[in-house]
Amino acid sequence: MKKKILTGILLIGALAGAQAQKIKGSDTMLPLSQQEAEHFMKANPSQTVIVTGGGSGVGISALIEGTTDIAQSSRKIKFDERQKLRESGKTVKEVIAAYDALAVIVNPANKVRRLTREQLEGIFTGKIKNWKELGGDDLAIIPYSRETSSGTYEFFKESVLKNKNYKNGIMSMPATGAIIQSISQTRGAIGYVGLAYLNKDVKTLPVSYDGGKNYIEPSIANAKNATYPIVRPLIYYYITQTEKNVKPFITYVLSDAGQKIVADLGFISL
Amino acid sequence: MMKRLRHITEILVQSLFALSGSVTGLAILLIVVFLFKEGFGLFQNPDIEKGYALCLHISNPVERLQSKQVKAIFDSEITNWRDVGGRDEAIRLFRFDEIFSLYPEEALGEDYALLPQKLGEIIEQNPTIIAFLPERYLPTTNKAIKTLPAKSISPLDFFGGREWMPAATPAPQFGTLPLILGTLWVSIFAILIALPLGLGVAVYMSELAGERARKLLKPAIELLAGIPSVVYGFFGLTVIVPLLQETLHLPVGETALAGSLILAIMALPTIITLAEDAMRNTPQAMREASLALGATHWQTIYKVIIPYAASGISAAVVLGIGRAIGETMAVLMVTGNAAVIPRSLLEPVRTIPATIAAELGEAPMGGTHYQSLFLLGCILFIITMLVSISAEVISKKSHNKEI
Repeated sequence: MKKKILTGILLIGALAGAQAQKIKGSDTMLPLSQQEAEHFMKANPSQTVIVTGGGSGVGISALIEGTTDIAQSSRKIKFDERQKLRESGKTVKEVIAAYDALAVIVNPANKVRRLTREQLEGIFTGKIKNWKELGGDDLAIIPYSRETSSGTYEFFKESVLKNKNYKNGIMSMPATGAIIQSISQTRGAIGYVGLAYLNKDVKTLPVSYDGGKNYIEPSIANAKNATYPIVRPLIYYYITQTEKNVKPFITYVLSDAGQKIVADLGFISL
Repeated sequence: MMKRLRHITEILVQSLFALSGSVTGLAILLIVVFLFKEGFGLFQNPDIEKGYALCLHISNPVERLQSKQVKAIFDSEITNWRDVGGRDEAIRLFRFDEIFSLYPEEALGEDYALLPQKLGEIIEQNPTIIAFLPERYLPTTNKAIKTLPAKSISPLDFFGGREWMPAATPAPQFGTLPLILGTLWVSIFAILIALPLGLGVAVYMSELAGERARKLLKPAIELLAGIPSVVYGFFGLTVIVPLLQETLHLPVGETALAGSLILAIMALPTIITLAEDAMRNTPQAMREASLALGATHWQTIYKVIIPYAASGISAAVVLGIGRAIGETMAVLMVTGNAAVIPRSLLEPVRTIPATIAAELGEAPMGGTHYQSLFLLGCILFIITMLVSISAEVISKKSHNKEI
């Protein structure tokens, strides 16, 4: 009798272990994956999906170590990481689940209407220090950045600063909410946040990536037709060998129902 | 029989206590050893990103570059080789990832077998290049290329450097001076604000307040200690920061002052409770003697009670400082976290605990960034240990006096 119960427990445990899929990584994607997982589990009651955050890098290193089934990442996998995977004999598959656009935001009282990429680079690397140089008031520019742990920080550095480093001693905030809060109460402030987080307390600026010819307003429509430049993919990575286990979830995310969740959360659907 | 059983239980219980004591001690020791082992590994690492090397054309006369120069070159602050001791030529930057925009992945062969060769060609064709490449794909066979020698991170740069940019590529900067000074700066002013306030309240509660006022005030202050620090941080960010910004007409509200104010509020309960206990421990006989000699109530307080409670009050202050130095979340939210050496109270600062909390999440395990954060932890540990030891010494002094 005892033995039966024991094997029963073991069996249930093994089953649950086989069924539960773990998703780990980017905090930007956390709300998305959670919503997707919730709806997915409602549609498929036999499946369990566990979602945790920690940052894109954390997710990918967990994938390499085999402690997660899917890594969610708000940046492309780095060469080093791909190399490590190759060394451990695994190949990785990449599925773009959605897109996210970053908006450049300033205080609503700021008179500056638009900026070019070069001007943004100057601001965030500390070469442009006063709004007066950009046609605004005589006011010190206070750039706000995210902490180094965020994928958003890396993407902005890559896309806007062309891999140059942020200026020494930039204001860095632990969360997107804190950036919006600070910019709404600081007149000379400028920062960057995902489109999904925008609200009325801050003003978005159109940016130009062609030296000032065309300035593009950050909006879902402009991101979708690929005119707005600061757009990044939100990606799920998984090991090719385990494709069978994770496929149902991935298919769900890419389905109409899954993409509706993407749009509802303020991200850009495929 | 019963007696023997009781004896055995006693021994069992005693050994259990001894065991839990030694387990705790061992755990603390292990944590400290772990902390220092991880931290000091940093100085064995090269000062450019691990696993990477910088390559130049063989004809370039530059033999050595400081980590700061490397960073300035890749940030396009230095654009001419003349500035780092080379010929008067513009520097051409080459980051490894650029290879993938020059060649399709297929052209690099199976397992990137052709990659070193292609990289070699690029360097060979550009005499003014500086290339940042992974060590395993270095074009070692190509004679037209030289790699710059790797230096390890020096303790001098770590403790005396003024730039904290641990995620900068290819040359991360680990200058902790702004962080150490920032931590001390915020804590010192916090204690300067909290001390007079806390002592005032303590005197009031122990000597002046009536029984009813005391009964109301004491739990209220203890409640203050129970509020989670994130809540303090949120309060600071949404109330204190804009308030400071408007009243003092500051460009930014997230300043050292905001941090000090929040920390002062957080240190208050510790200071008040301990100082009040110390004052109330003054023997009734001493108060009565003082009053009998004709001293007024106030004279009794500052000539008899405060001197008698001095060691307890100092211990309260020191523990308050300890609380302020180690506080993480509230400070992270209100000080702006800009890693610059503080010159005034009205500028943003970055503290050590805030740095560790904000950066450990993404620092790759075992890398230089990760180790540097552990070393920051060591520094914080040493500071707080000094604070605790002085608290211990001070309270010992009080025991001696009583005898």
